[in-house]
Amino acid sequence: MLEIRNLHARIGENEILKGLDLTIPDGEVHAIMGPNGSGKSTLSYVLSGKPDYEVTDGSVSFDGADLLALDASARAAAGVFLAFQYPIEIPGVANMTFLRAAMNAQRKARGEEEISTPDFLKLVRAKAPDLGISQDMLRRGVNVGFSGGEKKRNEILQMTLLEPKLCILDETDSGLDIDALKVVSHGVNALRSPKRSMLVITHYQRLLDHIVPDVVHVMHKGRIVRSGGPELALELEESGYAAYAQDAA
Amino acid sequence: MTINVRPARTAAEEAIAAALEASIATEAGQGRIAELRRAARDAFLSHGLPSRRVEEWKYTDLRAAIRDVPNRAPAPGTVEDLEAAPFVPAVPNAGRILFVNGVLSRAGSDFAALSEGVTALPLDTAIAAGDPLADRINALSPSRYDGPLALNTGFLGEGVALRVDAGVKAARPVHIAHAFPGSEAVSGFTRTVVVVGEGAEVTLVETFAGRDGVAYQSNHAVELVVGDGAVVNLVRIQEEGDAAFHFGTLMLELGREAKLNLFALAQGSALARYNVYGRFEGTSAHAGIRGATLARGRQHSDTTLVIDHAVAGGESRELFKTVLADDAHGVFQGKIVVRRAAQKTDGRMMSQSLLLSDRAEMDNKPELEIFADDVQCGHGATAGALDRSMLFYLRSRGLPEKEAEMLLIQAFLGEAVEYVENADLRDLLIERISGWLEKRAA
Repeated sequence: MLEIRNLHARIGENEILKGLDLTIPDGEVHAIMGPNGSGKSTLSYVLSGKPDYEVTDGSVSFDGADLLALDASARAAAGVFLAFQYPIEIPGVANMTFLRAAMNAQRKARGEEEISTPDFLKLVRAKAPDLGISQDMLRRGVNVGFSGGEKKRNEILQMTLLEPKLCILDETDSGLDIDALKVVSHGVNALRSPKRSMLVITHYQRLLDHIVPDVVHVMHKGRIVRSGGPELALELEESGYAAYAQDAA
Repeated sequence: MTINVRPARTAAEEAIAAALEASIATEAGQGRIAELRRAARDAFLSHGLPSRRVEEWKYTDLRAAIRDVPNRAPAPGTVEDLEAAPFVPAVPNAGRILFVNGVLSRAGSDFAALSEGVTALPLDTAIAAGDPLADRINALSPSRYDGPLALNTGFLGEGVALRVDAGVKAARPVHIAHAFPGSEAVSGFTRTVVVVGEGAEVTLVETFAGRDGVAYQSNHAVELVVGDGAVVNLVRIQEEGDAAFHFGTLMLELGREAKLNLFALAQGSALARYNVYGRFEGTSAHAGIRGATLARGRQHSDTTLVIDHAVAGGESRELFKTVLADDAHGVFQGKIVVRRAAQKTDGRMMSQSLLLSDRAEMDNKPELEIFADDVQCGHGATAGALDRSMLFYLRSRGLPEKEAEMLLIQAFLGEAVEYVENADLRDLLIERISGWLEKRAA
């Protein structure tokens, strides 16, 4: 599914990814943990095509294609989805309008027919209640006036409707209380499938109790420095990231 | 010692002066109309076209911009009426008055078929018949010299006079359509006089459109009297051809507890100036004066307001949104005057602009002149680019860059359009704005 080789990326003069390697096979859920500033969010932005970042070396292959050659919207249409750590508020663009425009833009890019209004409404009505998304939240501007938890649930609704191949979850647990965490995790787990891979970025073990990964990676100073099974997350919870900071010093 | 030196007249000013003389000599109406024309000519002879030396015209220098003045067109025939069709947007359920190349089309207008209680007369008919509406011509004109308005008065003749009887709620909107389909450049000067009786309600739609590539000059003035307790919704859609000059003037008087809800969309012409003179004559009136301007290429679009609170308890809301691409130049000048007697006035003015290119320029000039002590007045202006984080968010969901931009621009303008109460007209505005955005993206 995803193969990252020797990825170097910077923002301005600041190199943040420094030779990152990562492979995620079809259907696997990989977690990336690491201290603040290790480059976790940068990796998610570079994969989804945020213009502020410059890739200076390395390659990213997504289903055999050169991901870095595509712009952000083409990556989305190809099946990459980033659930934002801080979802953006867009006043004046109704959530429903946005969801539909996104679905149709991706379908158009793939040469598929646009979804009809009745089919779209049916789909949203089927999926939104499970995530606790009310009619009012669908009518309002995208994320406008949403609580932190509502914003995260709205991200998962988008992910559910867009059915991406690769879901990147950037600190989806931040700012969630335990009940919201359960709703969000349930939504994410419902999307697990042998054809869909996930990259879960988090600080804390807590999220991984709910979304159990196949592989856990530790990221430090722009590289993957250690990989292991789910037990690695528990170990980090015990010992913290201090050991890695010392290694690097 | 004061030395009042007027620069020598430009060729265009000479030509205009000669045309004014000729029209006064050959076609001036009787009595008051002839006097108005002569007075306008005299004012033009002493002031000429406004240049950047005149403060109100600092950003829109007509002396530099106007190089010549085309002749006026003859009355339209069947062929011209047919040619006008593509330049007349469909306004749902409206009765229509049509001007073609600046001249009233009697065949293309529904004088007999407007709503009950709404009377429309060709301006010359109203003058000839001595209708009281004719006495209102120029009654609301500002004391300060206004170049385009002086020309409109100097060439006075074409136009329409409308009356809405007291207490009448007009069932259908009145659409006053101005089409310039001709492939030859002409000048059009038209005047609309509207008197809305006490407690009446009416919706007016003005549209302006014409052929691209033709350097016609389109000059319209509206005098609107909103009677006590009356309600007027006015929607203006300016989509002149891309080589045209457009001059619009609205002179407005609000009676006691009267209400005006204006929305002005400007997205056509090479150069446009829309001047609004609003005066609160009766207490506790409300004016919502809003609009959207879209400009690209080398377009220049200027909206200038003077809102005069002469009496107490008036409320005005001004909101203008401007979107500028390429080398376009936008101007917003808004002046709110609160006279000594106008206690408890509440005025809020806001101009917001979105610059889609580094070369686009927006000039904002808000002014408050407050002589009363118990008032609430405020103004604000913002200018900025599209929000990059919003753009990325939309693109990360699959929206191509142009489509993401369009969605954000529509959202920006939507905050003003949403004040239009009539859903058909709101949809019409959204459709026209979308058309402009799609043309730009193509």
